[in-house]
Amino acid sequence: MIGDGNGNKMRVKNLNMYYGDFKALEDISLNFPSQHITALIGPSGCGKSTLVRCLNRMNDLIEGSHMEGEITLDDENINKSSYDVISLRRRVGMVFQRPNPFPKSIYENVAYGPRLGGIKDKEKLDFIVEDSLKKSALWDEVKKILKESGQKLSGGQQQRLCIARVMAVKPEVILFDEPCSAIDPISTQKIEDLMAELKKNFTMVIVTHNMQQAARVSDYTAFMLVQEQGEPGRIIEFGDTNTMFTNPSDKRTENYITGRFG
Amino acid sequence: MARERYIKLLLMACASLSFLAILLIFIFILRESMPALTKVGFGNLFTSTDWNPDKGSFGILAFLNGTILTTLGGLIIGAPLGVGTAIFLDQVAPKKMATVIRRGIELLAGIPSVVIGWFGLIILVPFIARITNSSGYGIAAASVVLAVMVLPTITALSVETLRSLPIELKEASLAMGATRWQSIRTVLLPAAREGILVAVILGMGRAIGETMAVQMVIGNSRQFTLSLFKPTATLTSRLVTDMGEAPPGVFRSSLFAMALVLLIFAMLLIFSVRMITRKRKA
Repeated sequence: MIGDGNGNKMRVKNLNMYYGDFKALEDISLNFPSQHITALIGPSGCGKSTLVRCLNRMNDLIEGSHMEGEITLDDENINKSSYDVISLRRRVGMVFQRPNPFPKSIYENVAYGPRLGGIKDKEKLDFIVEDSLKKSALWDEVKKILKESGQKLSGGQQQRLCIARVMAVKPEVILFDEPCSAIDPISTQKIEDLMAELKKNFTMVIVTHNMQQAARVSDYTAFMLVQEQGEPGRIIEFGDTNTMFTNPSDKRTENYITGRFG
Repeated sequence: MARERYIKLLLMACASLSFLAILLIFIFILRESMPALTKVGFGNLFTSTDWNPDKGSFGILAFLNGTILTTLGGLIIGAPLGVGTAIFLDQVAPKKMATVIRRGIELLAGIPSVVIGWFGLIILVPFIARITNSSGYGIAAASVVLAVMVLPTITALSVETLRSLPIELKEASLAMGATRWQSIRTVLLPAAREGILVAVILGMGRAIGETMAVQMVIGNSRQFTLSLFKPTATLTSRLVTDMGEAPPGVFRSSLFAMALVLLIFAMLLIFSVRMITRKRKA
């Protein structure tokens, strides 16, 4: 396996995940190397979104869900009830499929996380807001309209606002759950460029159903699949993105990336 | 084809009849209250606290005061309770528990007001009497009874509003590291503000119009009072007390003037709901 040992920001080991009695993920083992982008690909319903939501324990919100196995962040197991999910989610931020800015001003959207963290000082907040919007490549477009509602922006701008909102709490890992599936191609490109830029400082995971996108932005790729209806999702192949797309070792991966199904 | 036309006509007749009935009620109340408005005088009617029809005094301020205070009292108790219950049902309670409580509250909405008033009369009034050393009748008792009556309206509508919020909002705030309570307070409640306001206003409509339950616990005195524990009356309770005995003339007309005030209150409330929901759509 690639990146084993040192240099992994997060690791998943023998993870099983259940919704009630239904087993959604089986025996997932995977590493997320520091300051790299790892893509999760696979057909709809293969469990890639479920897996990414294990990493910040968002599945906790679903009544009856539970996980077995180990998920580590900096070598500390986060999959135990005693682990503080609040601090976990501040360290592992998330950008969702549909842009979901709060019905608040652009400024307040970005200041939301820092305010939760107890920052009240106006100058400090101003600085964080500007800095985060610059990092998400949105500053120039919104610097004159910071007081307007974040929901008035275009879909692509909203998504970058959501990235800025995450950035404002200075996370270490950012999870992207199909971040471009609801926005136009030009905005998609902006977000991909942004991800490449952010790689210097963050560890990122992207769920995508778009194989070109995985090939373009990611360093490592995991291919997931549900073999038969009703079975759990499993990882079929995990490796360096280039190798995976040019020379997959599993027949099923090859079939998927060459567009034979999915 | 002919049948289609008959059905259309029939439906149109139904609609016209309803509209006409409402219009006639309005015109009738307006016309009947004219003598009071002209003979007693607008100012006298609304600024005098002296209601003594036998002696020719027709001031309704005491009852207007009663209506406003009991309504506010009912909302001050009922609105936080209703909104709090709604938050609990939508955000905190496990699904099964939420369903049971919701059914219970729906049931509460179906209890005839006279039953609630009766409870107030035999349990609440003696209780207030004991702890305050008063008769127990008055604005406090009426407010509590009204709170119970507005609770189902406010709770049900607030739950609907909270439910209609996109799940993405809640997920976004929790994913930012907000606690459940922070997420409710800083994102969900602000997003649901208009809907909750509408819920409270519709609850207010119910409180203003409620007659029976209030009449049973407010004491039905003509005195103007700001005390929570002294018997007084509301517009509706006074109306129902006096309407049987009022002979045609200024007395009866004054009662219609009270009805007119109630009608105008109701219209204002509906108008404000319209304004709020329109703003939300824009």
